[in-house]
Amino acid sequence: MGDFLLEIGTEEIPDWMIRLALESLRENYQSSQTGKLRGTIDLLDGTPRRLTLRVRGLDDRIADVEEVVAGPYVSAGEKAAQGFAKKQNTTVEALRRETDAKGQRYYAVVTHKGEVAAAVLSSVIPDVVARINWPKSMCWTGQGGIRFIRPIRWILALHNDEVVPFELAGVRSGNTTRGHRILGSKDPLPVTIGSYEQILRDNFVIVRADERRRKIEAGVAKSIQPDNELLETLVYLTEFPTPIRGSFDASYLELPKEILATVMRHHQHYFSVLNEDGSLAPQFVAVTNTDGDPEGLIRRGNERVLRARFNDARFFWQADQQKPLRDRVSDLQKVTFQARLGSYKDKTDRVVELASQLATQLGADVATTERAALLSKCDLTTEMVKEFTELQGVGGGLYAEAQREPKGVATAIYDHYKPVSMEDSIPRTLEGKVLSIADKLDTLRECFRIGLIPTGSKDPFALRRAAQGIIKILFEARLPLELSKFIDSDELSAFFRERMQFYLRDVLGYAYDEVSAVLAAPLTTLPDLADRADGIHFIRPTEDFEPLAASFKRIKNILKQAQVETAGQPDPALLKPGPEQDLHQAFLRVREITKKNGSYRENLASIASLRPQVDLFFDKILVNDPDPAIRQNRLALLYSLLTEFSTIADFSEIVTQGGGASA
Amino acid sequence: MDSFQDTIVKLKRYWADRGAIIQEPYDLEVGAGTMAPETFLRVLGPKPYKVAYVQPSRRPADGRYGQNPNRLYKHQQLQVILKPTPDDVIDQYLGSLEAIGIDLRKHDIKFEEDNWESPTLGAWGIGWQVMLDGLEITQFTYFQQCGGMDLDLVPAEITYGLERIVAFLQNVESVYEIQWAPGFKYADVRSAEEQQFSIYNFELADVAALWREFELHEREGQRLLELFRASTDKERFPVLATYDQVLKCSHLFNLLDARGAISVTERVGIIARVRKLAVGVAQAWCEQHNPRESAAA
Repeated sequence: MGDFLLEIGTEEIPDWMIRLALESLRENYQSSQTGKLRGTIDLLDGTPRRLTLRVRGLDDRIADVEEVVAGPYVSAGEKAAQGFAKKQNTTVEALRRETDAKGQRYYAVVTHKGEVAAAVLSSVIPDVVARINWPKSMCWTGQGGIRFIRPIRWILALHNDEVVPFELAGVRSGNTTRGHRILGSKDPLPVTIGSYEQILRDNFVIVRADERRRKIEAGVAKSIQPDNELLETLVYLTEFPTPIRGSFDASYLELPKEILATVMRHHQHYFSVLNEDGSLAPQFVAVTNTDGDPEGLIRRGNERVLRARFNDARFFWQADQQKPLRDRVSDLQKVTFQARLGSYKDKTDRVVELASQLATQLGADVATTERAALLSKCDLTTEMVKEFTELQGVGGGLYAEAQREPKGVATAIYDHYKPVSMEDSIPRTLEGKVLSIADKLDTLRECFRIGLIPTGSKDPFALRRAAQGIIKILFEARLPLELSKFIDSDELSAFFRERMQFYLRDVLGYAYDEVSAVLAAPLTTLPDLADRADGIHFIRPTEDFEPLAASFKRIKNILKQAQVETAGQPDPALLKPGPEQDLHQAFLRVREITKKNGSYRENLASIASLRPQVDLFFDKILVNDPDPAIRQNRLALLYSLLTEFSTIADFSEIVTQGGGASA
Repeated sequence: MDSFQDTIVKLKRYWADRGAIIQEPYDLEVGAGTMAPETFLRVLGPKPYKVAYVQPSRRPADGRYGQNPNRLYKHQQLQVILKPTPDDVIDQYLGSLEAIGIDLRKHDIKFEEDNWESPTLGAWGIGWQVMLDGLEITQFTYFQQCGGMDLDLVPAEITYGLERIVAFLQNVESVYEIQWAPGFKYADVRSAEEQQFSIYNFELADVAALWREFELHEREGQRLLELFRASTDKERFPVLATYDQVLKCSHLFNLLDARGAISVTERVGIIARVRKLAVGVAQAWCEQHNPRESAAA
């Protein structure tokens, strides 16, 4: 048994990549030869300057593997046997003989010795590290050299406190780490596996992200605006985080809180501080990467920077008001939407039109929606949004409100980028929802029109997010919008289908085949799709449903084999008494029920009740009757059954236990 | 307290002591120190180089008539190129901060991801903005490509924003309050320039004349590149003069932009035109300096 410690020392890795890199390191380690040494990873953590992996309880060597090598048949003679034995490093006497169809045959059992741990580690680790997956990487040793996120400056690699020798990117592995850039020892620090964490701690490096998180949380008062994303950024921007509190002049509080919070959060990585009543206090919390600020120099520096930022913001806020949004519409001609798609003015014209149509259809106030659409992108021409791009939309809403636009217009503009993620909330008002959908749908339609279609991980215009946003709004607000009427490209329609699939499956949690069944039926509105999925999910565990689904699959195949693409109603006169007429009667009865606009759960329950008649029909009746008229009529009956009841879902997509796909 | 010029002298001294050539600013209008040939051309090819220089950098659209405490039409960058990058480059950089009087033990320094890209120059790099107590004081970039070409030796580019750093060191709220030299403030030295050029750039520059100039320089650049291709004596060919045409075009583009004369549809096309020239010059420069390798590539 043994232990292994690896630390890759680098220049500062971007905060948001560190966790991804550690996961990649773990995967590489486990899927390589090193994984065969077993053991438990008991430390996998990192700071901006190091990725650390520690494995306890490693085997001393990889287990031996026995391989049975087939040799010549005995009938091939003594010479062949000797040749084979020699090649396998053994003797003919030691060979195993076994009989197969062609006779007796020689086999050699070859033992591959498993390599010892130290050798495995030193030959495999360079590759394990070099293959870490980075969203973006760089060269530093020269053209064609290794690519990594930032230069590797040291490597600590110990196996039972012996150095695991290797070289990577021109750096030799050793037994030393480095402390904090400023607070730690200037010299490399020799460590053992046991002393590693403590020696780093003594040199102002907290290796564990959890511990840094706790240190930040303990240091900020409860009164801050909670912000997990910012917290994570700070955890991975620091090796020894220490929060400090600063303040700003209360006169800045006359600016909208959104602006102050954005400046603090996005540009300075500060937490906002709240009063007891939830309003913004004239304070902030910065998280430093050092051990304190006894002279207040760091605090004063940060306050000074924030003051300059707030002064800019105040200046923008006042200057931008000189020209209200309504006078900025034509300025949008000078703002690029996309090189080949023209300006934001062009986009605005399209969005006004589309939003107006959608508003009419969904019962939103048309005048409010059109006005909001017209002004929605004007904030892109304001100095405020040019400087603080995160404020797009929100800034426009604030300006609209300050410029006495109707409240509904201001709110719709404010919200129209929402939802920016699957976790984000959707716009608050119906007009805001309509504008958000129109804006996103326009982007999707236009990008698809000129072939800017996301592929694999490449989605520079965030079209997936746009489509997902539309779907989320339509579903959560239960807006009865038939999207397909607003989509004129097959590619975009397939794209939406894929996104709906994702939404129904990954967000709402329906099974794969339930979603496929619903999406294979005619597309309607999103709430309707979700209700249908709910119906299927509800009816699925009942005993009649899956057998019926299997029968539908069978009907589909029969119709396919008979090449029936369409058929009229069955002629009752041609139906024979017994199972055939019974099925027809049952069909008529269920059709009556499903036409009554009941819930999908009810309708599906009555469809499932067809099962005995369907089963009996297939048991007793031969569809392929010698008389073509009867045969056609039976096919017509099946056809009616299939088409009438497949509008909720295509049941043949349901994966059934018995695998009833055969006809 | 060190004056603006003291700090500049100290930084130059510091990098001179580490083997850098101390160059003077390039004498054409540039938007950043990166555009000076001492960076744009010297980072190309396999020859090591170390240089530091102050580069006044003109960004017409950033002008504020001398009224904004932190925004300038023209600011001073101290640009350092270390090619190839020494292993201890960050320690050297931190040492330069100590050299101008920043006691790092008492401050908070962070390296935050910030990659750099110049579409007009076909150049990009990976790096950080260096934050001192929440203030961005330096852009640190590992150059990866320049003029559309992968770089043989990866250089580090360290760009100090001098006004910001000195305003921090002198603890003043406005760059105009910086003491440039004993008895002279930044305002005394530069206010008039900021005001007058803002007026010219935003209000008076003759758009039609700027367009003509742009086209003249573009054509001259193209003509020279064609001559280079046909030339049998490439070693003596004025590639450097050809590069000046790129700089002229780039600056004229910035002026036209500040003047609001570039429409959305034109913009991308014009950037591509300047880039085409820049890429042509970069290739010519490599060919001139390493004829065999470039031919093979």
